[in-house]
Amino acid sequence: MSNVYYLPSHEYARIEGNTAYIGISRFAAEQLGNVVYVDMPEADDDVTAGEEFGAIESVKAASDLFSPVSGAVIEINEELIDNPRLINEDPEAHWIIKVEMSDKSELDNLLSPEAYAEHCKSEKH
Amino acid sequence: MNRRLYDKLIFEHSHSGRHGCDLPRAIWPDALADIPESLMRAEATALPEVDEPTVVRHYTNQSTNNFGVDTGFYPLGSCTMKYNPKLNEALASAPAIAGLHPHAPACSAQGALEIYWTLQRALSEIGGMVEFTLNPFAGAHGELTGLMVIHAWHDSREDYARTKVLVPDSAHGTNPASAHIAGYEVVEVKSLADGTVDVEDLRSKLGTDVAAVMMTNPNTVGMFEKNIPAIAEAVHAAGALLYYDGANLNPMVGMARPGDMGFDVMHINLHKTFSTPHGGGGPGAGPVGVRAGLEEFLPAPRVFKNPDGTYSIEEPGGKDSLGRISSWLGNYTVFIRALAYILTLGADGLAHVGPLATLNANYVMHSLDDLYLLPIPGPCKHEFVFDGLRDKSTGVTTLHIAKRLLDLGFHAPTIYFPLLFHESLMIEPTETESIETLDGFIKAMRRIADESFKDPELVKSAPHDTPAGRADDTEAALHPIVTYAQYLAKNGHD
Amino acid sequence: MANRYFPHTPDDVRRMLDVCGASSLADLYSDVPDELLMKRPYGLPESMSEPEVRAWFDAAFARCTPLTCFAGAGAYDHYTPAAIAAITSRSEFLTAYTPYQPEISQGTLQYIFEYQSMMASLTGLDVSNASMYDGATATAEAMIMAVNSARKKRRILVSATINPEVSRVVATYARYQNIAVETIPEHDGVTDREVLKDMLGAGDVAGVIAQSPNYYGIIEDFEGWADDIHAAKALFIINSPALPLAVLKTPGEWGADIAVGDAQSLGMPLNYGGPYLGYMTTRQSLIRKLPGRIVGATVDDRGQRVFVLTLQAREQHIRREKATSNICSNQGLMTLHAAMYMALMGERGLREVNSLSASAAHELARRLEASGKMKLSHPDKPFLNEFTMTVADGYDTATVLEALRKAGILGGVAIDEREMIIACTETRTKADIESYVSTINNL
Repeated sequence: MSNVYYLPSHEYARIEGNTAYIGISRFAAEQLGNVVYVDMPEADDDVTAGEEFGAIESVKAASDLFSPVSGAVIEINEELIDNPRLINEDPEAHWIIKVEMSDKSELDNLLSPEAYAEHCKSEKH
Repeated sequence: MNRRLYDKLIFEHSHSGRHGCDLPRAIWPDALADIPESLMRAEATALPEVDEPTVVRHYTNQSTNNFGVDTGFYPLGSCTMKYNPKLNEALASAPAIAGLHPHAPACSAQGALEIYWTLQRALSEIGGMVEFTLNPFAGAHGELTGLMVIHAWHDSREDYARTKVLVPDSAHGTNPASAHIAGYEVVEVKSLADGTVDVEDLRSKLGTDVAAVMMTNPNTVGMFEKNIPAIAEAVHAAGALLYYDGANLNPMVGMARPGDMGFDVMHINLHKTFSTPHGGGGPGAGPVGVRAGLEEFLPAPRVFKNPDGTYSIEEPGGKDSLGRISSWLGNYTVFIRALAYILTLGADGLAHVGPLATLNANYVMHSLDDLYLLPIPGPCKHEFVFDGLRDKSTGVTTLHIAKRLLDLGFHAPTIYFPLLFHESLMIEPTETESIETLDGFIKAMRRIADESFKDPELVKSAPHDTPAGRADDTEAALHPIVTYAQYLAKNGHD
Repeated sequence: MANRYFPHTPDDVRRMLDVCGASSLADLYSDVPDELLMKRPYGLPESMSEPEVRAWFDAAFARCTPLTCFAGAGAYDHYTPAAIAAITSRSEFLTAYTPYQPEISQGTLQYIFEYQSMMASLTGLDVSNASMYDGATATAEAMIMAVNSARKKRRILVSATINPEVSRVVATYARYQNIAVETIPEHDGVTDREVLKDMLGAGDVAGVIAQSPNYYGIIEDFEGWADDIHAAKALFIINSPALPLAVLKTPGEWGADIAVGDAQSLGMPLNYGGPYLGYMTTRQSLIRKLPGRIVGATVDDRGQRVFVLTLQAREQHIRREKATSNICSNQGLMTLHAAMYMALMGERGLREVNSLSASAAHELARRLEASGKMKLSHPDKPFLNEFTMTVADGYDTATVLEALRKAGILGGVAIDEREMIIACTETRTKADIESYVSTINNL
């Protein structure tokens, strides 16, 4: 069983214990092109599953970031402040926020890696 | 336009001890000395020290890096880049207006109020509306004002359930942004294959939660929305209002009026339809018109003509008034230019504006559609959209075509808009362009299509013959440098 | 076609219609339902020749009576150097579109970059946008920026001493954004800081907006404000007319997060209210929240320093309803005007204009107090070139202003029956001031 879950809007949550590492999928990073800015919340902010927690920008596009889980932000990835292009290099290694989950059962509502891969195929057409 | 970049900034001409102004001699003691030190600025301003000849030469040289309507043809879709008459400029700098304070009493501003009122009446006649305000500063500001008028109207009826505005997927980007700032949720309506609004989709989304439907007609692919009477009927039956985005009014001038099509509220871009200069981004004006029954909701202040023939500026204080959306009457000198254009053309001249603009667009379209892909066959109105080259096999894109046009002495068309097609190339020649200019543009477009096969690299690496080359947008957005101080911090002093 | 702006001859039209496969211009409108086509000309006058149009406007201009201007309240009669109009009327600048094609728009982009640099320095902040419509709409946009930055907080506190035209525009923008605008009361012509502290203490505040010099012309003392406001995690927004910032403590020095205001005072003609220019500057950390156009420096593929519109992902044509603002233009040419004015004046000239304006105002205030017909409303408060007077018992402001008007003077702006605001600039001569004072003495 994989510990990675996805939203159809292309955010992933990688689960370690009660902590979720949230970022955007490789597919989303490729679609966006060169990332120039990531708008992140602050540590201690609350995020809610399915709701916006920030935004990501490339030169010609911008999209909101939605949280796959609810909980409190423990840490933001400060490396992305100076070097947002890390997301293009490896979006899975470079998570955006780290969240202490308040309700693990929310993971049941998310897509498995297989289901997400199917979803991406359908978006390409 | 220069072929070589004039690359200096004014700061790079600065020389300690120089100055570019001489002021009257002081008569009274320096009052700045009486102001407590704690209220005065400590840090000096980082302004250049330059003499007047240097300033004038600097900006004159800067201007040679620029392209304008007076330089050459601007086939920019949805922007209506027509000729800006010189008479209008002369009138707009009248000393009587330049020295007129916005708080001057109405009795000493009768002529200024007459100009405002006369333009307001003329726009009402052209738009088929009952009343206009000229106060909004720009098209987007007009949209926002118009939607606020709609919001105020629904509120006055205590109809608070209307939280949505329907916007076609082909709409200008400002439409959803304005609706959002006016407090509405935006719902997109689909377009049919011919680019017009899908009336069935629109009907399915109408309901008691919809405040307004925003449309432009002709739409952004240059097609007239011929189902507009049915759309208006459905919108009104649902208790919503129909908003006209006036960005594409030009082909309708002399031919048809938004009010007669069933629109309730509209804005007009004076810098498009009524020939006032774009000024590199402004100042423009976005007057808003309304049908009967909505006048009370227009923003303050408003200008009225009294029974005795005098004019007054008033602050309608009723509970329905929207309040202010600008400090005063808006970008006033733009009104002088627009009115001069309307008086010059008159009813007889205005009758030709739409037909000639439409003729020019159809002429260009028919002269190029063998080489460029026309996704929606005509007849178009004032503009049309190509979806790139018919044969895209060499990888030449719309961006490449646009940049290559710059080499050939033309401004680029609007590109990658509307979003309905991948390679949108939106062309709007206006009525002030001659057949020779259009033929020159057609020749350039055909040459680019030809080069795309014979020498695609030449097109892909364009422009070659402009003051500046292709800029690194990514670096600009990644590490923004937006002031000279930031530039020096990054690049060091000379 | 009989108009000088239309190049088309009947023969041109025929040739072009042939290419289109149409037999008449009306054919091109065959897709428009017949009942929508106009069957009559507009109810407007017939076309006019150039001299006729000029005569029409000359007659209208003649119905505007020139008055010697002592009015301010947001618009000031400063001198416009002749060099500015000579450049802003150049058609390469005047007739250009928004600089979306940087390869052929470096002129516009360069002057906007210069404007941004000068405005950031004038306000003491890091970054500037390419300008907004006017000072009032810029203030409303700053309010929205504060609310967006604060994410969930919806209260905006606005000082009672702000220009009422500005606060009314702010109120209109707030109304449909579900923003609660509350007024911080005034005390003796300045914002009541103690009440502000209580209001901040109640929580949920996204931003605080105050003005200096304020509506009454008084220079507000914002000492300690930034600490209080930042402790409440709100943004501090200062509105000022642009010119006084060359000498007064800047929004940056007061610790403000956003500076906004009208730059008309940088020698822009009064023009019956517009076009003016709204400026907006902020801290580097808030640049991605800044609404409006922004020009940035970069390099081109030839290795040259060039300028582009940047951070466009914030803007309406990409973000649509998620944009930071619906604004999709700036005041274009007016930024060129502002940049040229600041370049011509320089640090020294801006200081002199402020000094001459303030000195004239202080002289007039002294002489008016001496008249016994009016007195300073807030005698202990510092002011620059604008001040508020209270007329003596037995007089009212309408009568006073009417007497001045008959003497060819726009004497100020009435706040109510008792109080009026009077402004001076460097263009007010000794004779102008004598004339004002003698009119008052003769009341």
